[in-house]
Amino acid sequence: MFKGVASRALGVFALFTVVCGLGYTLVVTGIAQVAFPYQANGSLITVDGKVVGSELIGQNFDDEAHMWGRIQNVSIVKGEDGEFMAYGTPSNLSPASEEYRQLVDARVKKIRASNPDAGMDAVPVDLVTCSGSGLDPEISPDAAEYQVPRLVKATGKSEGEVREIIAQCTKGRFLGVFGEPTVNVLKVNLMLDGAL
Amino acid sequence: MDAAIQYILYFAVLVVLAVPLGRFMAHIMDGEHTFLSPVIAPVERGVYRLLRIDAAEQMGCRRYLASVLVFSGIGLVTLVALQALQSFLPGNPQHLPGVSWDLSFNTAASFITNTNWQSYSGETTLSYLVQFMGLTVQNFVSAGTGIAVMFALIRGFRQVKEQGLGSFWVDLTRTVLYVLIPLNLVFGICLAAGGVISNFQPAQKAELVEPVAVQPNADGGWSVIDGAQIEGDTVKVDGKVVEGARVVTEQFLPQGPAAPQVAIKQSGTNGGGFFGVNSAHPYENPSAFTNIIEMTSLLLIPAACCFAFGIGVKNTKQGKAIFAAMFILLVIFTGIIAVNEHAGTPQLADGGAVNIEMTDGQAGGNMEGKESRFGIASSSTWSAFTTAASNGSVNSMHDSYTPLGGFVQMLQIALGEVVFGGVGCGLYGMIGFAILTVFIAGLMVGRTPEFLGKKIEPGEMRWAVVLCLATPFAILVCSAIACMVPGLADQLNNGGAHGFSEALYAFTSCGGNNGSAFAGMNCNIPWINVMLGLEMLFARFMPIIGTLAIAGSLAKKGKVAESAGTLSTTNGMFVFLLVFIVLLIGALSFFPALALGPVAEFFQMIA
Repeated sequence: MFKGVASRALGVFALFTVVCGLGYTLVVTGIAQVAFPYQANGSLITVDGKVVGSELIGQNFDDEAHMWGRIQNVSIVKGEDGEFMAYGTPSNLSPASEEYRQLVDARVKKIRASNPDAGMDAVPVDLVTCSGSGLDPEISPDAAEYQVPRLVKATGKSEGEVREIIAQCTKGRFLGVFGEPTVNVLKVNLMLDGAL
Repeated sequence: MDAAIQYILYFAVLVVLAVPLGRFMAHIMDGEHTFLSPVIAPVERGVYRLLRIDAAEQMGCRRYLASVLVFSGIGLVTLVALQALQSFLPGNPQHLPGVSWDLSFNTAASFITNTNWQSYSGETTLSYLVQFMGLTVQNFVSAGTGIAVMFALIRGFRQVKEQGLGSFWVDLTRTVLYVLIPLNLVFGICLAAGGVISNFQPAQKAELVEPVAVQPNADGGWSVIDGAQIEGDTVKVDGKVVEGARVVTEQFLPQGPAAPQVAIKQSGTNGGGFFGVNSAHPYENPSAFTNIIEMTSLLLIPAACCFAFGIGVKNTKQGKAIFAAMFILLVIFTGIIAVNEHAGTPQLADGGAVNIEMTDGQAGGNMEGKESRFGIASSSTWSAFTTAASNGSVNSMHDSYTPLGGFVQMLQIALGEVVFGGVGCGLYGMIGFAILTVFIAGLMVGRTPEFLGKKIEPGEMRWAVVLCLATPFAILVCSAIACMVPGLADQLNNGGAHGFSEALYAFTSCGGNNGSAFAGMNCNIPWINVMLGLEMLFARFMPIIGTLAIAGSLAKKGKVAESAGTLSTTNGMFVFLLVFIVLLIGALSFFPALALGPVAEFFQMIA
């Protein structure tokens, strides 16, 4: 019953390790590097030769003159030389507990205090929740709209300019159907700062 | 309205693609000529020559099983070794240390069983070499193993008074060469085009637009200081200097060959993410375009297996009937999750202070743990698909779903991963339930049960019961034991009923070979790692033993001629009965446990 099983198992395993592990990975990565180098290398945004972030990875914003994103649970990744780097993690909190309501309530108070002139009464949900990755780079158009009066005041730009920047950083649904329309927060802020 | 269209299209795309793939897989099983044969057939013959595999061998069920077990065993040992020794091996630009014995055992058991439970975060734990030479390889071959066992079962139904179930080596080789590699080359390249990273560079750093001030917290980590004023290296709050605070000016941007691994972890129903947060990570699933590829592919092969089974046993109606039963369950479960997530929770709405309505400008609903680009519709559908399909990848955090959303996720896994289920294994799991159904239906009308022209006798019944009860048994026994360990509560992220749900979900996920998690729970401690590892091995290999035993015994039997008294197993009545039996076994086994977790939390929520 076991005759020849072990040798064939070893052979098949070794072969597929080379084919599916090495070969397949190299082929896909090779094609990606040649055909889509920007995407395959992390969609990095560079300003004056310095990497200032990735289009896809959110940062934490707290300044009145910047657009705020999803709530970011900042975590720390230590580099080889002991340097600290910011990363994000999801909250993994249940949204059905009393503690969670208090947490949301505190966020609402802070956001309302910073946006006294907001045109909407209720705060859009994206601004008070943590994302699935903790690194969500985007927010809904409503959540961006909520912050326009504050951004106008804090940056000294006209309402038209701020809205124009937001419009440039807004992406619609895929094929007009799939996913949700979003505003890229990092890009908006780099444009508000005049860096992009 | 936008959301409704998304739900309908996601299901439609799945069905449209699964039908032709099922037909293709049936051809592959029998080594028939396909459009890929001119390219791949010479390679296939080369493999057999090189490894001295007899392509015409007909293994009995014991030899087939022995091949599966030895092959999986080699995978287990190799994966443990690769992880433990990663610091001495190349392909480790972050210079990550070797992985502890308990975590490497857990991860190895997880990946050879097609579970892909992860007690670790890939970007900070595993070297690139381990990811692609270890995990990616298992993603392929564990998926191939599941499909091979299904092929053996099909031959069991088809053979008349014979012994042979085909050759495991041939089934595995064909599945990998003709189905998995071509499909994933296409998926992988599309994902890279859509922004999933694919390189061999070490992690990158970026300068933060706004530096962040952090201080040590009680858990031994670091927390952001609210309202901090940063002046150079000093941090002040209300004018006072904060001792021990640090200013962080850089951002961590992990890199690596993610795209190829992400493609196969979706389509092979593996689910193990390149990054800790899986397909919620913007580098693993950056847009609605990559999302639809990943989400469709995670259920594509399991759905195609139904049609391949029908063609294989020469009764396409049977394949459609099984597909119908699974599809009905999936639609119901997706519906329940979606309704609850769109509604959100009263705690999140905070008495109207937070707008959770769906508008033209926002998805609304329960956005905690969900990405803006996916909103509610694409997140809810994914979570239903991934818990149905024993895939376990996530694009939103299940821990943060509403109580009833989490209830459905757990229930789908607990049903034994038969709502499509894993590649191959979902189908043979469902055949176990089908055998149970014809038995019960046979008892009701007083006839000897038959299925696809084979008499179902006590031998098959015994193994069918093993097949149906292995998952509930593993889940309930392991979670009961774990809940008696005093230290368990310290590992949980949430309190009360939801805390219990976190623990129950972990053991359910591993017992169902799913791999998703209520990820707030920390499972990376030795006893939990070992226990979950053993549970995954049991829940994977007991059903395989049962399936091959049934296949072996059916192959030896003669065909029973169909008569006027034969109960149809392809009509609406059978589909209804099958759905009923699946729900009945699941409800009877799990209602008490689920009542303590998500159901209790639901009543607390509305109280």
